[in-house]
Amino acid sequence: MSEETKLFKVTIDNITVEVPPGTTILEAARKIGGDVAPPAMCFYSKLEGSGGKCRTCLVEVAQGSEKDPRPMPKLMASCRTTVMDGMVVKNITSERVIEARNGVVEILLINHPLDCPICDQAGECDLQDLSYGHGTEGTRFEFPKRVFEKEDIGPLIQLHMTRCILCYRCTYVADQLTDKRVHGILDRGERAEISTYISKAIDNDFSGNMIDVCPVGALTDKTFRFKNRVWFTKPVDAHRDCDKCCGKVVLWNRGDEVMRVTTRDDEWGEVQSFVDEKTGEKKPGWICNTCRFEKKKVADWVIEGETNIKRHSVIAQNKYQKLVVPKDTITEVMDGRPPKLLMDIHDESDVNDPAIDLSLINGPATSKTFNNTSKDKKETTKKITEQE
Amino acid sequence: MAKKLLLEKAHIENIRLYDVYRREGGYRSVEKALKKMTPDEVTEEVKKSGLRGRGGAGFPTGLKWSFLAKPEGVPRYLVVNADESEPGTFKDRYLMEFIPHLLIEGMICSSFALGANRSYIYIRGEYAWIVDILEQAITEAKNNGWLGKNILGSGYDLEIFVHPGAGAYICGEETALLESLEGKRGNPRIKPPFPAVKGLWDCPTVVNNVETIAAVVPIVNDSGDAYAKIGIGKSTGTKLISACGNINKPGVFEIDMTISVEEFIYSDEYCGGIANGRKLKACIPGGSSVPILPANLLLKTAKGEQRMMTYESLSDGGFQTGSMMGSGGFIVLDDRQCVVRHTYTLARFYRHESCGQCSPCREGTGWMERILLNIENGKGKMKDIDLLWDIQGKIEGNTICPLGDAAAWPVAAAIRHFRDEFEWHVTNPEDCLKRNYGLANYADALPA
Repeated sequence: MSEETKLFKVTIDNITVEVPPGTTILEAARKIGGDVAPPAMCFYSKLEGSGGKCRTCLVEVAQGSEKDPRPMPKLMASCRTTVMDGMVVKNITSERVIEARNGVVEILLINHPLDCPICDQAGECDLQDLSYGHGTEGTRFEFPKRVFEKEDIGPLIQLHMTRCILCYRCTYVADQLTDKRVHGILDRGERAEISTYISKAIDNDFSGNMIDVCPVGALTDKTFRFKNRVWFTKPVDAHRDCDKCCGKVVLWNRGDEVMRVTTRDDEWGEVQSFVDEKTGEKKPGWICNTCRFEKKKVADWVIEGETNIKRHSVIAQNKYQKLVVPKDTITEVMDGRPPKLLMDIHDESDVNDPAIDLSLINGPATSKTFNNTSKDKKETTKKITEQE
Repeated sequence: MAKKLLLEKAHIENIRLYDVYRREGGYRSVEKALKKMTPDEVTEEVKKSGLRGRGGAGFPTGLKWSFLAKPEGVPRYLVVNADESEPGTFKDRYLMEFIPHLLIEGMICSSFALGANRSYIYIRGEYAWIVDILEQAITEAKNNGWLGKNILGSGYDLEIFVHPGAGAYICGEETALLESLEGKRGNPRIKPPFPAVKGLWDCPTVVNNVETIAAVVPIVNDSGDAYAKIGIGKSTGTKLISACGNINKPGVFEIDMTISVEEFIYSDEYCGGIANGRKLKACIPGGSSVPILPANLLLKTAKGEQRMMTYESLSDGGFQTGSMMGSGGFIVLDDRQCVVRHTYTLARFYRHESCGQCSPCREGTGWMERILLNIENGKGKMKDIDLLWDIQGKIEGNTICPLGDAAAWPVAAAIRHFRDEFEWHVTNPEDCLKRNYGLANYADALPA
């Protein structure tokens, strides 16, 4: 963009920001960041045409522009409304917006199964976050919820339509990333469902990306399903040479095992863009199915380091940025030596001392078995053996 | 006898055929427009006439036309919205069925004014036989040189196509209509951009109702000023009203917008009074989407003035004590009708017709329908009424297209004006199953 382009001044929740013309209110608010950025369930900036559907990002436009200061009568979907110079927007400072947003969340949840305890998405689910922020304790919906059969769309992805909030993101992935679109929306109204036509397998190289864009647990990775909770896995950035995609991914590890592979997401839960080395273009870092589903060994990847997650969800309480240093008392107990892992404490109590060969003990081990200090533990084992 | 412009000749035998229509003075407006006027002059006449969109919103047509973007080298389109699916509205069907050439004539004048060389009639799929009627009319017009290349030697080309929908109410919303016309799923688009800038195939497009386009014919023939003289204030010209419900003479009536609602219901020229000697209880004056009004508020405004059949008078008092002209579907309820059952029927319709794109409408319409069914069946609770009120407030204004509003308004108005009837259903669960009608307290003593 040339330097001469006039920037538009937008004031969102009393914070003014300058953005180029054509920017949406949502993107301007994301520039400010924090609570000012409205939540977005259906908008995905890397997918053309997405947004406007979930209505969680509604904002109040208190002043249309500098030239035409009239307020907009209706709440506007910030993801699809472009800014005007001198626009004044109210997001969290407007009671009307908060009320409408609470209403949308309630309405999104009436047919959602709320099966977070058995859902793979739990912990990194946009709807879960939104419900914590705006939901109510109970529901006023007293009718049976809408239920669909689970559907296998291909050997790698499972569609659980009951959880779907019809954000349409996956259909845009199908439209824009893959050659032949084989899935979309069937039926209409509250019976509308994502489906292949009809129950066909989705089989193309980039179909796995629809798992990442799904804001809820409707599309899940069958190679990861029920294997682990996301908060028990540790995300690390990694890359490999891939002829189909950028090859830049996040590995979610449990110990040395790669539990799953996903795209690298930014703080808004969207895939990051990378500069393509060949063309010099900046492109979203979608990854191919080979990288996602087949390369499940650490040896397949070049590890770059831990992933910094700055998001607000359960997995992101900064626990991966660095290990939380235990309190000093533990160090005291350990003669001033800081523990590396919680296992270290057990070391102190001898519970995990490999020197004590439990298989040699007659009968169950008791506290007496471990009652000695670590200095003479070898002798303890000896004694026990000798007694026998 | 009120002045008629559109349906004046609709009942002449075989007016459906070109020869008869032409003999009765048809296609005069095309001759006038193409030979003696420039496109801008036609637009100017429409502006002067004060013609307002007859599809429901009542937006001034001339203004809408002047918003049409006219970039060089980009085709423009006129799309006629004949997807008339609103419960209670059947005026366009009548017009197209009896006098199809009037629509074709209006389309030629309008397309000429807009500079469109291709125009479409998007007609609802259920009007399958009218598709044949229109296609026959188009063929006749083409054979007689009113369509095709170089019409009347003016150098202006026009082709008209009829495109039947597949039976979705939502495709009457202009952007959903355009999506459907493009062969996609009929989901409304997010505005802006408006169709006047980016419409059909991303080209500037004007979408107008059948009746609006037909009204262009008398405007071109007799000048916009003459048209503007009919009616009161900003409600100029004549309006087709499709009246139905508990009246003696249901049907399509053309009114000049100078008569009162009372006259419309009770005079023999129009509805002919309430059927079976019953009393008027309530009325939906503009198609199922607009708020229902109890008899006392229907005939007189909150200020005590007589309510007229005009855009302004019907919406006098806002939604608190008024309603809307809407699309002209005039539904009359007598004192035996149950407002709760009636509201449930409408809610079921909107639940069925929601496209499912945006969440408040998709989930909210189904929720409202279920609660209303419970109340109707005597299983409701008092708090359900407040809940209904709350849900409709969460849908209204928060959706992409006006279907959300259309689903919320009838429920809101029914609770606003007939809350005791809902409460009666809750407190008398057995009676409401047996009798299936409400309290009937709203009928005023009125001239029979």
